Amino acid sequence: MKDPVLTVEGLEVRFQGAAGEIPAVQGASFSVHRGEVLCIVGESGCGKSITSLSVMGLLPGSAEAEGHIRFDGRDLLRLNREEIRQIRGNDISMIFQEPMTSLNPVFTVGFQLMEPLVVHRNLSKKQAFEEAVRLLERVGIPDPGRRMEQYPHELSGGMRQRVMIAIALSCEPKLLIADEPTTALDVTIQAQILELILKLKEDTGMSVILITHDMGVVAETADRVLVMYAGKVVEEADVRTLFEDPKHPYTKGLLRSMPNVDDDTYTLEAIPGTLPKPGEIQQGCPFHPRCPEAMDRCREENPRVFTHRPGHMSRCWLAEEEDQDHAGESVG
Amino acid sequence: MPEKVLVKLENVKKHYPVRRGWLQRTSARVKAVDGVSLDLYDRETLGVVGESGCGKSTIGRTLIRLEKPTEGKLYFNGTDISELPARAMKPFRSKMQMIFQDPFASLNPRQRVGPALEEPLTIHTSLSKGEKRERVMGLLEEVGLRPDHYDRLPHEFSGGQRQRIGIARALALNPSLIVCDEPVSALDVSVQAQVLKLLRSLQEKHGLTYFFISHDLGVVRHLCDRVLIMYLGQTMELAPVRELYKNPVHPYTEALLSAIPRPVPGRKRERILLRGDLPSPADPPKGCPFHTRCPEAMEICKETRPEWKEIGPGHRVACHAR
Ligand SMILES: Nc1ncnc2c1ncn2[C@@H]1O[C@H](COP(=O)(O)OP(=O)(O)O)[C@@H](O)[C@H]1O
Ligand SMILES: Nc1ncnc2c1ncn2[C@@H]1O[C@H](COP(=O)(O)OP(=O)(O)O)[C@@H](O)[C@H]1O
Ligand code: SF4
Ligand SMILES: [Mg+2]
Ligand SMILES: [Mg+2]
Repeated sequence: MKDPVLTVEGLEVRFQGAAGEIPAVQGASFSVHRGEVLCIVGESGCGKSITSLSVMGLLPGSAEAEGHIRFDGRDLLRLNREEIRQIRGNDISMIFQEPMTSLNPVFTVGFQLMEPLVVHRNLSKKQAFEEAVRLLERVGIPDPGRRMEQYPHELSGGMRQRVMIAIALSCEPKLLIADEPTTALDVTIQAQILELILKLKEDTGMSVILITHDMGVVAETADRVLVMYAGKVVEEADVRTLFEDPKHPYTKGLLRSMPNVDDDTYTLEAIPGTLPKPGEIQQGCPFHPRCPEAMDRCREENPRVFTHRPGHMSRCWLAEEEDQDHAGESVG
Repeated sequence: MPEKVLVKLENVKKHYPVRRGWLQRTSARVKAVDGVSLDLYDRETLGVVGESGCGKSTIGRTLIRLEKPTEGKLYFNGTDISELPARAMKPFRSKMQMIFQDPFASLNPRQRVGPALEEPLTIHTSLSKGEKRERVMGLLEEVGLRPDHYDRLPHEFSGGQRQRIGIARALALNPSLIVCDEPVSALDVSVQAQVLKLLRSLQEKHGLTYFFISHDLGVVRHLCDRVLIMYLGQTMELAPVRELYKNPVHPYTEALLSAIPRPVPGRKRERILLRGDLPSPADPPKGCPFHTRCPEAMEICKETRPEWKEIGPGHRVACHAR
């Protein structure tokens, strides 16, 4: 279990914009262990997708990444285009919020499923067909033979996401990255898709990075959680600790702002203000303008990462006193 | 004290023609809203919940006569407005407003916010230029924006601020009813509560009635007085908010509630997983529209549409098994 499949160290991603550099991810470090689900949570724009696209080697051309992304003894940020394409086809797969953007509208579902099987797994056309049908069955698509002939637009949103998952599974990946895979779906379909991802994880032993903005989804799927804010990982913990003993004021804010369906006496509290634009906050903790607990120091100095106990870290000055690990990195 | 009915719907239907094939013949009709009967009480917030395509937006638009019902009757304050022509509708228009998920989809990106908010005042009132400006300044303040926002362009606002502008626009003509169509769905959860709080305080101050459309049962529980559950254009269950969450009766309501991920790690859940997908509203199942996915469906459910029956004070349900 404690065997990391992926280790990200000091990831920095910057975009070259008209108005200068945009720091989208700033010093993200984390690892994903074998067979676990790591959830990345945070408001939109906090850097979740850019972090995962870095792992996939799919950053847009205007982005520059630094740091280390270690997978299978190699640093993905140091591989050439062809090498990273090999990894993407064989070891790491990704699914997105809107499968329509990654499915090709002019090819049948069957063609899109069979292609990677022929290219990456060297199956014959006949073998690939049989394998594709098997994959569709596995992701719970009824009448898979008929679905093979259909085009993406003929499928419902939930079915399209299942097809994407089938394609992602076709290479038997060690790591599946799912970027808000259920955000566009209705709750009853979301429940089906999350159940499917967890079941496939159990069956194959793959690891999963699941990106979401929904704390309910986190609670029901994650083993461990990263909370991101303004391009930084601000808290990391196992899922129970995160919900029972959250340390960072941002994590607490996210938890309090979520409406509770089971309790109507619960008072909803918004996090005041909005997420700053990348690079907007030059000094101090990036959360200080919205933080109910901000102190003078927070406005001046950016907190480093403090350790509450092994595996539970937060990037907040309030944590300094109980810091277990004074050797923690210092962040400028 | 009996509650005053602001809007009454009697067996309201809204069907749209679907054109298919190269001749574009109308071969089917989407039954977007299919026989809805409902009273909306003065100053209440009615939550309307259901999966996408179940007709929430259509019923919202029909309620304020942005659409003419295909069949059925619609009363506003006791007046039958189902067939009123545009001119006769005009005095009612200012009383019924709508807020959208993305209020800026309907705004000109090059028009400044102040002048945009003044437009409805120009059409519906005889206020002078100065009076309009004053009114808009007042509205900006009411929704928690600043006077200097008057001269800003739409893209300069965050999602939450945009929704405040949408709310200001809806308030401009002192309406009594606002149809809120997923007003917080596009916002981050962290800022949703700001907008919900604003809606609640405006309701108290102005005695507003809300028809609050949402697919989020959590949000609805916090804001609404009563909840209506819809499925494929039909009403499945209606109950006071507490009652619906404590004592859900329709199998679809039970499934919806059980599908919501709860922020409690490690909790063992009895989840009712619904089979399959939502059927197409152009070709809804006969009988009870939910029978193809219902864990409790019986023979009669395939044939006969269940009655919309009252099973307790203010609690209605359409299900043969209940
Ligand atoms: N192509 C791009 N060019 C410039 N900035 C970008 C680009 N893509 C993303 N960003 C910026 O990077 C930050 C992180 O974005 P993203 O990772 O997509 O956020 P999330 O997935 O958490 O919503 C945002 O501020 C976003 O504006
Ligand atoms: N103007 C229209 N023309 C044709 N079909 C429509 C129109 N508006 C809505 N529909 C259809 O009616 C059904 C209900 O739609 P809608 O009211 O938007 O549902 P919801 O808001 O619950 O998602 C859908 O199948 C939709 O495609
Ligand atoms: S460092 Fe200060 S401002 Fe930042 S989260 Fe902690 S208390 Fe709040
Ligand atoms: Mg994203
Ligand atoms: Mg809608």
